[in-house]
Amino acid sequence: MIRSLPNSPLYKAGYRLYALLFFIFLLIPLIAVVVLAFNDSNFIALPWKGFTLDWFFANNNERIGLFADENLVQSIWISVQTAFAMALFSTAIGTIAALLFEQEKFRFKGLLYFFAIAPLVIPGVILGISILLSSTYVGGILETKYGIDAEFFSPGFWLVVFGQFSFGATYVMLLVSARLKKFDPTLEEAALSLKATRLQSIWYVTVPFLKPAIIGAFVVAFLMSFSNFNTTIFLVGSDPTLPVDLYSRIKFSSTPVLNAVSFVIVLFITVVAVINLILNRNK
Amino acid sequence: MGNILEIKDLSKHFDDFIAVDQVTLNVKEGEFVSILGPSGCGKTTLLRIIAGFLKESVGDIFIRDESMKGISPEDRPVNIVFQSLALFPMMDVYENVAFGLKRKKLSKEEVAERVNDMLTRVGLLGFEKKRINELSGGQKQRVAIARSLVMKPSILLLDEPLSALDRKLREHMKVELKELQREIGTTFIYITHDQSEALVMSDRVAVMNKGFLEQVDTPHNLYNHPRTGFVAGFVGENNKFIITDKSDDTITTDGGWELTKPGLDFVPTVMFMRPEAFILQPDEHMQDVVRFEPTIKTILFDGANTKMSVMLKSGDEILISLPQNAKFQGLKEGDTIQIGVAYDNIKCYKE
Amino acid sequence: MKSSKKAFYFLIIPVLLWLILLIIIPHIDLFVSSFKAENDAGVMVWSLSNYASFFQDQIYWLTFVNTAVYAIGVTILAFVVTFPIAFYLTKVVSRKYASFLMLLLLIPLWIGELVTIYGWVIILGDHGVINEFLIWIGVIDTPFRLLYTNVSMTIGLLYMSMLFMIIPVMTTLESLDDSMIEAASDLGASKWTIFRRIIIPHAMPGITNGAIIVFMLVIGDYVAPNILGGKSSLWFTEQIYNQFLMTFNWNTGAAFGFLLLMLSSAVIWMALKLSGQKLDKVGQ
Repeated sequence: MIRSLPNSPLYKAGYRLYALLFFIFLLIPLIAVVVLAFNDSNFIALPWKGFTLDWFFANNNERIGLFADENLVQSIWISVQTAFAMALFSTAIGTIAALLFEQEKFRFKGLLYFFAIAPLVIPGVILGISILLSSTYVGGILETKYGIDAEFFSPGFWLVVFGQFSFGATYVMLLVSARLKKFDPTLEEAALSLKATRLQSIWYVTVPFLKPAIIGAFVVAFLMSFSNFNTTIFLVGSDPTLPVDLYSRIKFSSTPVLNAVSFVIVLFITVVAVINLILNRNK
Repeated sequence: MGNILEIKDLSKHFDDFIAVDQVTLNVKEGEFVSILGPSGCGKTTLLRIIAGFLKESVGDIFIRDESMKGISPEDRPVNIVFQSLALFPMMDVYENVAFGLKRKKLSKEEVAERVNDMLTRVGLLGFEKKRINELSGGQKQRVAIARSLVMKPSILLLDEPLSALDRKLREHMKVELKELQREIGTTFIYITHDQSEALVMSDRVAVMNKGFLEQVDTPHNLYNHPRTGFVAGFVGENNKFIITDKSDDTITTDGGWELTKPGLDFVPTVMFMRPEAFILQPDEHMQDVVRFEPTIKTILFDGANTKMSVMLKSGDEILISLPQNAKFQGLKEGDTIQIGVAYDNIKCYKE
Repeated sequence: MKSSKKAFYFLIIPVLLWLILLIIIPHIDLFVSSFKAENDAGVMVWSLSNYASFFQDQIYWLTFVNTAVYAIGVTILAFVVTFPIAFYLTKVVSRKYASFLMLLLLIPLWIGELVTIYGWVIILGDHGVINEFLIWIGVIDTPFRLLYTNVSMTIGLLYMSMLFMIIPVMTTLESLDDSMIEAASDLGASKWTIFRRIIIPHAMPGITNGAIIVFMLVIGDYVAPNILGGKSSLWFTEQIYNQFLMTFNWNTGAAFGFLLLMLSSAVIWMALKLSGQKLDKVGQ
């Protein structure tokens, strides 16, 4: 069982084996994808036919590598933009929400808080379709009654951003709240007594204190947006995000370029994780 | 009139008790006034009401003849030094002290001028770039005060600012604060439970107990002419006795000690005598003196502050100052000694 | 205006906009839309036909039930598979090693469903890692059908929900005092007894939280059942997807969505009631 209890070597070995198997189970899809990104073959899986960088760089009749595939590169870029915009909104509103619920008193606060954490327990699919329904409805009215061509309200970049932001703000709010709870309230009182307005005291005193949490939350929101499918699929227009593009390719036209893309994503995330580890070690 | 602060009949009720009970207090400009009382007496509550962080239930506060009803902290001409100091950890010394000035949208040069002037006054010139966690307790103290004083408030409120410091530093800061206040001339309202702080620094002291102001007076009067039993027992050291009986000019303690105290027109319940009020081996011709001959129980040596604990036949125990001169050098525990105390130094109260 | 009032409006207005426009109104619309349908004249009217077709068409409610049952199964499976690991990371391994392993757990989460599910396609496919390996060592001659089965779908669902069971469980296990286990052992309790009577009860809040999140993620998942499941995989979220993006029967889709939401909420409410907790969970 635990370290301090005596355990038979068989038990210990068995446990360790189980843990090992588990982590193999965890990592094997990633390893497979990463390795096969360099497979000199026109098919996504085995057998292994030699090492090549074709699936990254080739641009010929047979093979179109990642960097030559305009659509794929475009969808990566769209994902980056979407994630950035969504993270920006989520961090801003999520932080404001954290301040609101931790520091203000008002009627119906409990009810409002319920709605604020609702996205945690509502499946992404539902968030997606409900936003699609209501925005189409509003967009339709704007067009027919007022003749306004409301781009925001039909599937496209901004609808995806707002759809993802609907739950992104919740996660940011929770992350920032955790840090806000540790804030010494007399610091704000000191600022007020020094004639700062409440907004100034929030900006100059509270927000700098929250900075680490805000930055962390931004990164979390960015990653959540980048990898999101369930909500995004209903809100995309003609320009797909990377997950949506990958989905249609996996279903209908898979070439090893998918391995190459996956490799890039795995690399990117691993780098982010390592940076995160180093930063946390320094604390 | 010239009162910079007028508190009129101020009360604060919470659900189950009264924190501040009909407090009336007038403070003149430039005064150093302390509010002295034990923990939980309501002094911090009163301070927060003056600062604007808490709303009064009844009554009003006037600063320079203007009512402060409904005015939020950032709009009142007061500044407060918190007990925890509340220095901003993410800013250095300069930014902390400059914080309030920057909110007033002064020019960069003016801010720099006033900050440097104030840092010089508190002896921290050169510390501008230091981070808060690099400072000692006394230095943090001074930054907190500088930060508030640089705002040139009408009134500076201080909430037990010296409580976190060690004894020697506290003694030093008492003098520093007093001199700083004299020099700058700002009205100080100082909250403390330490009566020696209050007595040393203040022009006047308001003694507070259970939300109520027992006496507002100069330190000298509080010490020598306490008006209630609470003040007598709280300010300075004092011997307290319970009085159970009075007939004519004789009062009796609960230990059975009978003594003469003429001129009382009420039946007292407590009696106080200061340790230094006792006369050792009084001359036989002295008038208006109560005499008794107790046994010395313990001698508590403390340099100039030495006292001895003596016991009467009635069982009452009294703490008496023992001057450290050659005359009383030979006294030891177990000896009996003649003691006298003047009628005037016997303070009686009806609690 | 007092600065504190001004600040209050500054804080509450964006939050109200967020919640009203993106959460409250859309879900009201979802509810309302599910009760509308086109009548024979092509006009939108109030109707229960969307719900009627759900109950009447066997494939719909069968899929619904299948999804719910599967989700419960995956949740239990997630618990069984990951609990030893959660315990391992909190109680057995040293701190440093544990935080490294935790990071390893987070990486697949950040990489996203698409890539990880795709990875499983590569592994389970006819020319996938497993099959090629088995052929290579000579155990089988022709590829074994692994992909597009319920097994592969279950693996995919399990894979993407494991982490959400581990984290809450780890959080509660961390607060379990080692000395309690030692004391029980000292009093002669067997490992199984300690597990049943001390560890599990203590970890219950975490297990409940984890189960809620896993259940909700699984019933709402699309990618794993769609890519890894076969044609016979009955998955309700696919039905919703079809209504919205294939047949454009948005109102029927809304009804289905609403039913899914009700299922999810009902299970969550029940789980919370059973464990006596409130809706105060932290995401990460």
